[in-house]
Amino acid sequence: MNFDFSEDQKLLQQTARDYLAENAPLAACRAVLESDQPYSRELWQGAAELGWLGTAIPESYGGAGFGQLELAVIAEEVGRALAPIPLASSTYLATEALLLAGSDEQKQRYLPRLATGEAIGTLALTEAAGQNATEAVRASFHDGKLSGAKQPVPDGGVADFAVVAAQASAGTSLVLLDLTGDGVTRQPLDSIDPSRPVAGLRFDAAPAELLGAEGEGAALASRVLDRAAVLMAFEQLGSAARAFDITREFTLGRFAFGRPVASFQVIKHRLADLWCELELARSNSYYGAWALSNDAPELAVAACLSRISTSEAFDLATVEMIQMHGGVGYTWEYDCHLFYRRAKFDAAILGSTSHWRDQLITRIEAQAAA
Amino acid sequence: MDFNDTPDEATFRAQARSWLETNAKPLGDGERRGALAEPEDREAVDRSQAWQKQKADAGWACITWPKEYGGRGATPMQAAIWAQEEQCFEVPPNIFSIGIGMAGPTILAHGTDEQKEKWIPKLITGEEIWCQLFSEPAAGSDLAGLRTTAVRDGEDWLINGQKIWTSGAHWSDWGVIVARHDPSAVKHAGLTYFVVDMHAPGVEVRPITTINGGRIFNEVFFSDVRIPDAYRLDAVGNGWRVAITTLMNERASIGAAGGDAMIDELLALASEPQPDGSRPLDNAAVRQKLADFYVRSKGIENAGKRILTTLSKGGLPGPEASLAKLVAGSLMQELADYAIGLQGQAGVIQSSWTDRYLSIPGIRIAGGTDEVLRNIISERVLGLPPEARADKGLPFKDIPSGPPNA
Ligand SMILES: Cc1cc2nc3c(=O)[nH]c(=O)nc-3n(C[C@H](O)[C@H](O)[C@H](O)COP(=O)(O)OP(=O)(O)OC[C@H]3O[C@@H](n4cnc5c(N)ncnc54)[C@H](O)[C@@H]3O)c2cc1C
Repeated sequence: MNFDFSEDQKLLQQTARDYLAENAPLAACRAVLESDQPYSRELWQGAAELGWLGTAIPESYGGAGFGQLELAVIAEEVGRALAPIPLASSTYLATEALLLAGSDEQKQRYLPRLATGEAIGTLALTEAAGQNATEAVRASFHDGKLSGAKQPVPDGGVADFAVVAAQASAGTSLVLLDLTGDGVTRQPLDSIDPSRPVAGLRFDAAPAELLGAEGEGAALASRVLDRAAVLMAFEQLGSAARAFDITREFTLGRFAFGRPVASFQVIKHRLADLWCELELARSNSYYGAWALSNDAPELAVAACLSRISTSEAFDLATVEMIQMHGGVGYTWEYDCHLFYRRAKFDAAILGSTSHWRDQLITRIEAQAAA
Repeated sequence: MDFNDTPDEATFRAQARSWLETNAKPLGDGERRGALAEPEDREAVDRSQAWQKQKADAGWACITWPKEYGGRGATPMQAAIWAQEEQCFEVPPNIFSIGIGMAGPTILAHGTDEQKEKWIPKLITGEEIWCQLFSEPAAGSDLAGLRTTAVRDGEDWLINGQKIWTSGAHWSDWGVIVARHDPSAVKHAGLTYFVVDMHAPGVEVRPITTINGGRIFNEVFFSDVRIPDAYRLDAVGNGWRVAITTLMNERASIGAAGGDAMIDELLALASEPQPDGSRPLDNAAVRQKLADFYVRSKGIENAGKRILTTLSKGGLPGPEASLAKLVAGSLMQELADYAIGLQGQAGVIQSSWTDRYLSIPGIRIAGGTDEVLRNIISERVLGLPPEARADKGLPFKDIPSGPPNA
């Protein structure tokens, strides 16, 4: 039994943590949140130079040739820093989609540029509120042209290319297109977390090409989301752990009725419960990481476990964070809202937890039948 | 990251399994031994003792204990592997969770060589059954508030007072007991730890029936019971320290139980068609709820694998191991509640679910209540301030007290 990261992976994690402690204070997240800047270019540059963006990309495509476990520990640190960079869109979504379904030529074209950070990619599935099933998309792809509209697209305002779900003759398919080319209009949308920008995209006969087989789009998208769910869970774990640490410190330092707020039993017990939730979430996410890195059939269920428990735990951590800070927790000036916003964004952007719960039951039944 | 045994672990597992295969009947697929199984009658106790003897003769009992007393000198990881393997076989309910799980480790940690020689071998062979005489009518969570007295009388101590909730006292040969030798000392300093012969004159065991009609615990009265000083564990006044050893082992063994198959049974129940042909599992609200239960169940299971990893690497889990008991207790209660609800009116008819619903409340109280576990996690894992106390520094006899609860 070795249900843990290796010493090398932990070392990589520590390096990432040190780098971000130095270069990505929460003020960096706030700077993006308070400005029109879509992300921090310096941090993106730094992440590229440290090789993070190509962590899971094979060396033959310009990456570092590590695997998803290495990417997971980096994700945790990026989350801990609330680093304002499009890592999730470009790496967990676009890169994973290309690794999973790209032709050799497509990989050659995109992966080296993803690894250096020159290109930012994203995934555009949903079009309307309440939509979860990729099968239901209405965008269409015929004769190499994509038409339709997508929103919200994470980092859609800055991405250079996107993987898009659309209907083709053989059914729902994934297509790949250059967002800087003809027939693409972008509309920035206000995000609950402006350090994670979103956009609406319109395609009017925009030139595009298939990613993976035609008609396989729904299945492929689902696999991409499973992989991203695990990696995102690690980012969420990092953010939630940071929120927890800040809250703990605050309650120890804040006095009321002549004693630290952290000495009141109701606060102690709620922090103990929260700690339990975070530990359960971490344990489930480790399971997800194991399944992901081994391409195990268990990933279908493990991704749901990672996604649901981590999203719920991060949400709870930030709700408690504001509450336990009292009035200052409700101010723009304090950092609580950075976490509160981020938790809600992360919990929604890969599909809501109620959707993943439903999916979990379907998959448990499928597994039992198999 | 993997779930594989190391080569040494694999060899050990194969040895364990091969012995079990020749000595016990494997459980069928999906069958798992209930973590809650407690012997209910003398016949079950006899079977439990026979199985313990069989294991001891072959060197498979109390395997982490020293070889000189009949143990195997095995590592905690090997003990965990043994437990995993034993769970896959049809074996009698375990009557030794207190003796082997708590009393034995306490004697090994605090006892003299003579004490170890006197008690450890028969703990291993299962010839003697032990109970834990800690709780009292006025001292449960606040264990150090106990009032049973120990007064020195020549080479002996005279014990007077009452213990309560003593599991298995009615078939125990020995008990570990904490008593107050000095009421004028501050609370924790006035305690001393002993081993008491449950067959000694002046020990009276009276059964208490639990809410599920069970007969597992008792009240135990002590009237001038003589304990030789040779049965004292550790120094006079060190009782609290010794008691902590017992409690740490209690939480470790309760935490390790876990691994219940309840979630799979609940999923199966929800998949059965109802009279109108529909399945609860096709209902959106049911799916959401069961998914949550499943996520939490797997979270506990996966957290357990992280603890095993610590063991496998030669470490020992600390107070963070309280997580499993705290989370599992309320989760099991909710699962049983939901299963009863899924059956509509028929839920009232006695079933394995109603049985569980009536037994689980005990789990959330025994061995540290949920609230006490939250205190432990917040103070010992998270480093938050200790509880404000109204009894600090006072001689025990001056501490304000409320009426005892029984
Ligand atoms: C099935 C079962 C088997 C048992 N077996 C044994 C045994 O073999 N030997 C033995 O010695 N004991 C045994 N016990 C006793 C058990 O250890 C006690 O019941 C337990 O420690 C709680 O003590 P109490 O019952 O006095 O409740 P109390 O301590 O009076 O608690 C009442 C309520 O107050 C809460 N409370 C108490 N202190 C605090 C605090 N500081 N902060 C917040 N809330 C608090 C509790 O959580 C609980 O909800 C057993 C109990 C059960 C249910």
